[in-house]
Amino acid sequence: MNTMEATVKPALQKEKGRSLDVMEVLIYVFAALMLILIVYPIYFIVMASISDPAAVANGQMWFFPKGFTSDGYQELLKHSNIWIGYKNTILYTAVGTLLSLAINVSAAYALSRKDLVGRKAITLFFIFTMFFNGGLIPTFLTIRDFHLYDTFLVMVLPFSVAVFNIIVARTFFQSSIPGDLWEAAQLDGCGNLKYYVQIVLPLSKAVLSVLALWTAVGYWNSYFNALIYLKDLDLYPLQLVLRNILITNQMQSSLGTGEAAVIAMRLANLMRYSVIIVSTLPIMCMYPFVQKYFNQGVMIGAVK
Amino acid sequence: MKTSQLNIDMQLTIGRIRKNWGLYILLLPAAVLLLLFSYKPMYGVLIAFKDYSPALGIMESPWAGFKYFEKYFNSYQFSITIKNTLIISLYSIATFPIPIMLALMINQMRVNRFKQVFQTVTYMPHFISTVVMVGLILILFSPGNGLLGNIYRLFGAEAPNLMGSTQWFSSVYVWTDVWQHTGWDSIIYIAALSAVDPSLYEAAKVDGASRWQRIRYIDIPMLMPTAITLLILRIGGLLGVGFEKVYLMQNNLNISSSEVIATYVYKIGLLSSQYSFSSAINLFNTIINFILLILVNQAAKKYSENSLW
Repeated sequence: MNTMEATVKPALQKEKGRSLDVMEVLIYVFAALMLILIVYPIYFIVMASISDPAAVANGQMWFFPKGFTSDGYQELLKHSNIWIGYKNTILYTAVGTLLSLAINVSAAYALSRKDLVGRKAITLFFIFTMFFNGGLIPTFLTIRDFHLYDTFLVMVLPFSVAVFNIIVARTFFQSSIPGDLWEAAQLDGCGNLKYYVQIVLPLSKAVLSVLALWTAVGYWNSYFNALIYLKDLDLYPLQLVLRNILITNQMQSSLGTGEAAVIAMRLANLMRYSVIIVSTLPIMCMYPFVQKYFNQGVMIGAVK
Repeated sequence: MKTSQLNIDMQLTIGRIRKNWGLYILLLPAAVLLLLFSYKPMYGVLIAFKDYSPALGIMESPWAGFKYFEKYFNSYQFSITIKNTLIISLYSIATFPIPIMLALMINQMRVNRFKQVFQTVTYMPHFISTVVMVGLILILFSPGNGLLGNIYRLFGAEAPNLMGSTQWFSSVYVWTDVWQHTGWDSIIYIAALSAVDPSLYEAAKVDGASRWQRIRYIDIPMLMPTAITLLILRIGGLLGVGFEKVYLMQNNLNISSSEVIATYVYKIGLLSSQYSFSSAINLFNTIINFILLILVNQAAKKYSENSLW
């Protein structure tokens, strides 16, 4: 304490209440630079998706679209696999998120109750899976043994338990649902399940929204499970289709030469800019709806 | 006397279980799924010690001892995959303080509108999928017709082929991660800072503490528990460099610096169907991570009050 006082003294009265000091100005300048660094590449993609691909490739497009074209988006319409992938991803995301949320939040509530017999052991049973797992091949063999390989179900059921989310929800229940409430409900003859559905869940909108967003983003964006467990092209989610368009083909298309190859490559690039927009927009639009909960300290539950 | 006490205890416990049967129903789906899809594969890890053949099954396949572990340790891929995994991992961990600095910076902003816009914008890239992110990297960093190439040409220079060389791989991997996730990763620290009692700042101001001193003596101590917990988890995952992004960023030109344990396990296991060999590599990786986690946690316990358990 004394040492702190000693170091503090010379700084006395340096602080002025309202006016911006040098450090604050520096912070805003630095923050503005960061904004440009984040926004410009994304802005560039949006502009490139409606610009003449030759102008983009030659470095003539910097801030405004050059030679407006919607060829990229029209090209997308011709690729039916994109739309099949889109449909599949929406299904996986919707079903997977609902299922995963129901399973995880229920388990989290049970684990949040101090009067649960065996609480410690059950918690350990859950947490252990975060740090130890059978690995790729044993898991793959298990999925195959259960005849889940190349099915709709494999995308939504086997990996729907997210222990991390359970811990977050459990912490929320422990800190935000008063214990007296359960005592009171019990006196009114309310059972555990009824209490959970009718009282706890409606009080937990904040944590439910945040977890729903996390889970939905996870389902929308992941490609690993699909890569490992799916073979049928009609079951492919959007991300695997995108992988072919954005990555696998990109490496091949740079091999060709000649006039026709250059034009084909430019159209392919234009389509890539467009497909990035079309596939990323929906998930980004979800975010503002739950944004208000983020800074309310819901996330702090994660590490407590 | 003692037995009757025990009997009463047991009856009480059974009574409590019976009373809360609803809670066990709520636990059931998650527990069953973990049993089937996490614990059953853990038993399947036995194939790392066997000459697994799908026709014979796990039990009937002949034992192979540590044959496949030795095979990995003696293969030339051993040092390559370990080295690449460690480089990428340590490089990533070195960027660990960046979200903390961002949170401290955001906490200093007093213009609320700017603060909100800034936060929203920095979170946004987190929502870009790994596939699209790598697609963006390929298309923007292309020296021929990408944004980076255009910027270099503006200054009359030739852009380096970042994705087609071995020396740039880890930097591209780590700094694009920083670009994408720093904002998002700072949320947790911002939440921790919002829990600081404002009267603490007032008191510090009255005592004449400068802005730096308030950050140094109030904000940073407030963030330490969170930071240490997250750091323990990061170090516990030292050999667990994620598969998704590395695999997508790989190509023939950068493979010697981009082959990590996770991608090697996938290729050996699913692309060339050497199930036992792949499981052995994977198990080795998991065990090292597990040991690291425990060691780091012990160290954290010893040198500070923060630990995972």
